[in-house]
Amino acid sequence: MPVEIYKDKFTGKVQEVTLGATKEQGGTRAYTLKLGGCSTLPFLFYEGEMPNRPVIAMEIWDIKPDWCSSFEPYYGDVWNDPAAWAKKAEEYGADVIYLRLQGADTELENSKSPADCAKVVKDVLAATGAPLMVEGPGQPEKDNDVLQAVAEAAAGENIALGVAEKDNYRGIAAAAMMGRHCIIGRSPVDINILKQLNIMITEMGVPIDKVINDPLTGGLGYGIEYSYSIMERARWGALIGDKLMALPVVCLAGPEAWRSKEPNAANEDAGPGWGDLKDRGIMWEAMTAAALLQAGGDLVLMRHPEAVKMVKKQIDVLMVSNKY
Amino acid sequence: MAFMMIGERINGMFKDIGEAVAKFDPKPIQDWAVKQTQAGAAYLDLNVGPTAADRAKSMKWMAEIMSEVSDVPIAFDSTNYDAIEGGLIAVGKPGALINSCPNERAKIERVFPMAVKYGAGIVALTMDKSGIPLTSDARVAHAMELVAAADEFGLPTDSLFIDPLILPCNVAQAHAPEVLDTLRQIKTLCDPAPHTTLGLSNVSQNTIDRSLVNRTYVVMAICAGLDSAIIDVNDETMVESIATAEMLLNRSIYCDSYVKVFRQR
Repeated sequence: MPVEIYKDKFTGKVQEVTLGATKEQGGTRAYTLKLGGCSTLPFLFYEGEMPNRPVIAMEIWDIKPDWCSSFEPYYGDVWNDPAAWAKKAEEYGADVIYLRLQGADTELENSKSPADCAKVVKDVLAATGAPLMVEGPGQPEKDNDVLQAVAEAAAGENIALGVAEKDNYRGIAAAAMMGRHCIIGRSPVDINILKQLNIMITEMGVPIDKVINDPLTGGLGYGIEYSYSIMERARWGALIGDKLMALPVVCLAGPEAWRSKEPNAANEDAGPGWGDLKDRGIMWEAMTAAALLQAGGDLVLMRHPEAVKMVKKQIDVLMVSNKY
Repeated sequence: MAFMMIGERINGMFKDIGEAVAKFDPKPIQDWAVKQTQAGAAYLDLNVGPTAADRAKSMKWMAEIMSEVSDVPIAFDSTNYDAIEGGLIAVGKPGALINSCPNERAKIERVFPMAVKYGAGIVALTMDKSGIPLTSDARVAHAMELVAAADEFGLPTDSLFIDPLILPCNVAQAHAPEVLDTLRQIKTLCDPAPHTTLGLSNVSQNTIDRSLVNRTYVVMAICAGLDSAIIDVNDETMVESIATAEMLLNRSIYCDSYVKVFRQR
């Protein structure tokens, strides 16, 4: 008697969101990318479709970041030139450039103005062909001012603006709508709030196919299991038809991985068996990203070019259909 | 699958609809089509009622004017299957419901092939010529035969809405728990399981607080496996109860606007 292997059947699928716009579409990007579209849990091609490959965004800042020495050989000469940095990230394999406008932090001595930020965005767009995501400094008022200027500067480019949160989404949503950009909605590992935020953003008039979610994941060793279960729960909701949970998900693999002690500790401070600093951080980030891809990440934000290389290779393998 | 509310209001038994049907006045019918659509109805029941001179003609006309103002599919509620067929042709697209067909061979042979032909679902009743049985065992036996009929005529089992028939609690109180037990068992009959439905308002006929009885029973029935019901979709407290029951059964992820989201589906 033939054995029939049980397969889950889903009725819903993840909303597709397009990032970027080519010349024909009113922008200047060399290509566009689609996020989402999945009608199954990640990489289970035998239960549904996964039409779009997960995307890797690489993080750049508008000022020199406080990153550890592992990055020096790769970006040491471009720390102070976001456009050159973006170009380099593209060469290292970035599908998307994720620009964090940390220089606009109001606590800084020479905090950048919205006009300064708009110029950085224009320079980065001019230097690269990849779609762009831009995050403000994370201070509600400043975010609103900066992202409004950025939205104008990047008109037609269909970038993603972030991040909108429960208590600060109106200004960013308005900027996104005005420039017809995408918006990143974030809630701190809380899908109930994330769903409510999606309702509020779409009620303001942002089309649902312009909304991306950031469930704020933990890094390897720092709550990634909990992030995984939250993401799985949300994705399961999407697959059984909850349209407000069916939005593509971005995961901050790089920032979360490199925030912890292990990737940064010098060899003399390292625990037994931790290995050399050079490889340790790269592995830490690659493992974080790999886990988040399995949890349903449609876009992973990464930092280290060597970790990117590994994860890209893994995505190649995972995207080979296992349909039967 | 989210709970499907079948809006009961376009029924010639209601005075305003009865008058509209008699005079071919589209306004009250269209107003209720819109109002029930906005309230989140998954289907709009269409019952011509007693005032029409020509039921087939009125059913077709009502289907046409309802389709002008709402995309929500119609549940054709009649024992006159020729009239229903006229309505299905008038609508001209799959997804409607035929309400209803008992477990009687001649009617099954008329209704099931028609449902397959027009891509419609069927509200199938757990009764035959001898009437509505009391026990859940007897109700489930009817349900099994209806599932077998679906298989025989090629109707997908998820196009079958089995109605275990609730009776007014003030005359047939013993039926209420039997119906709940029937609902539990119907969901285990086949894969995919048939849908279940009830003409919910029947449970509260002539009771002192109909809305209270309706919304209490609907929540109990949802726990037992009810996934659709013919109800007053504009009964706010009932819809809130249904949305809350669905959420508490973990079928939708909680958010502060969950009731509103439920109505928008």
